[in-house]
Amino acid sequence: MLKTFIFGTLLGIAAGAGALYAYPAVDQHREASIVTVAPNGGNIESFHVNVPMDRIMVGAPGRKQPLPPGLRWPADEKLGGVRVELFKVRNARDIVVGVASRTLANDGDNNVIDWVLHLPARGSLYVTMQPQALEGGLRRGGITAGSREFAPLNGFMTERWVADTSGEEDAPSGRIELRANYVGEFVPQDDEMLE
Amino acid sequence: MKYIVALIVGLLFGVSLFIAAMIYNPFIADRGLSPLSVTDGEVMSLSYSSVPSENIIFTNDGDSRQQPHPQKVLQLWEASIRQTSMMTTVMRDARGQTAGIGIKFSSRSERTRLLNGEALVDSTWYIYLPGRGSLFIEQSENYWPFLREVAFPAWRSSANNWKGTWLGDMTSGPGALGTAKVIGGSGVLLGLDTHGLESLSVRAYSSDEGHVSAEGRLLIELPSIVADDGSE
Repeated sequence: MLKTFIFGTLLGIAAGAGALYAYPAVDQHREASIVTVAPNGGNIESFHVNVPMDRIMVGAPGRKQPLPPGLRWPADEKLGGVRVELFKVRNARDIVVGVASRTLANDGDNNVIDWVLHLPARGSLYVTMQPQALEGGLRRGGITAGSREFAPLNGFMTERWVADTSGEEDAPSGRIELRANYVGEFVPQDDEMLE
Repeated sequence: MKYIVALIVGLLFGVSLFIAAMIYNPFIADRGLSPLSVTDGEVMSLSYSSVPSENIIFTNDGDSRQQPHPQKVLQLWEASIRQTSMMTTVMRDARGQTAGIGIKFSSRSERTRLLNGEALVDSTWYIYLPGRGSLFIEQSENYWPFLREVAFPAWRSSANNWKGTWLGDMTSGPGALGTAKVIGGSGVLLGLDTHGLESLSVRAYSSDEGHVSAEGRLLIELPSIVADDGSE
């Protein structure tokens, strides 16, 4: 009986180790990326934010109706010119695929508009927008940095506010459209590719 | 029959032994001092409260130990973001003065290997420092030492809490020396490409509510050209 007990113990240790090895502790849900090829090179991926339902936070000094209710924006003068918005981000199929922040800061002569898109299964994208909007309310900015899947990518992103014209009762008041244009860097895989 | 009972008892004992060995494994030790903790270069220090109720906003799936703050904040319940949390907080400088605003996105990492003592979280910071510019920080954090030395003792305690002093470096990559990647995006920090390190100091933890008293700290190594303008 002692031998059976020892065998069971060893089996238990092996089962524990095997289970931890075989089954991933974390499995992030993935939505298939919807990427199109740009005519002049690179790939285009579109995201959008439905306003107001995807808006998590609007943090700015002096707001009478804070979002979310109960939010206390710091009263420090230093943060007087800073406005932070947090959103859920949807893909072209209108499925939530990540979260994002948009920071607007008036810092003397420099206006800063920064986006950070965080897609849990893929990585993060940091985009610095140009303060001046282009024709048609379009604003463009360069991809400054990225993490994981986005780390080797350069390119740019545009943002645009599109008001809802459907007239439906439960429709959002509009959407913020984000269009990322990725351009990858050529990384040779081996010596043969260099020849 | 008695052999089956012995086998089942042995099996349960083996699984328990394996779990205990994982938790108390002396070969999975802390990495010790990070290179950034002993650097001779200029370092920017930014601290923040790691207690959700002391942040401007904290949100997650709503079912986790740490409860969203404020209470009515939109929760991240959708499948793609269910294992993600998001925080906006005031960043303070080394003198405890407001230095700027920080936004942290954290997602559980699929590279987690508990067998190797790696409970990883992929996190991204966006920090805006008025008068200085913005920073983007990419890092992997390893919560295993925290789970082993704080969360597990709290869970085991009859009062479901832990009190003491725990200080640990959370950053474990992507830098080869276990440092975070820091990129400057605007202001005097524009073009900055350097390393960073996040550490956590915990004084009280509850297995029901999460952090009760805890402070996070970011150390960012500054090249001399930036340090001349704004180091602490």
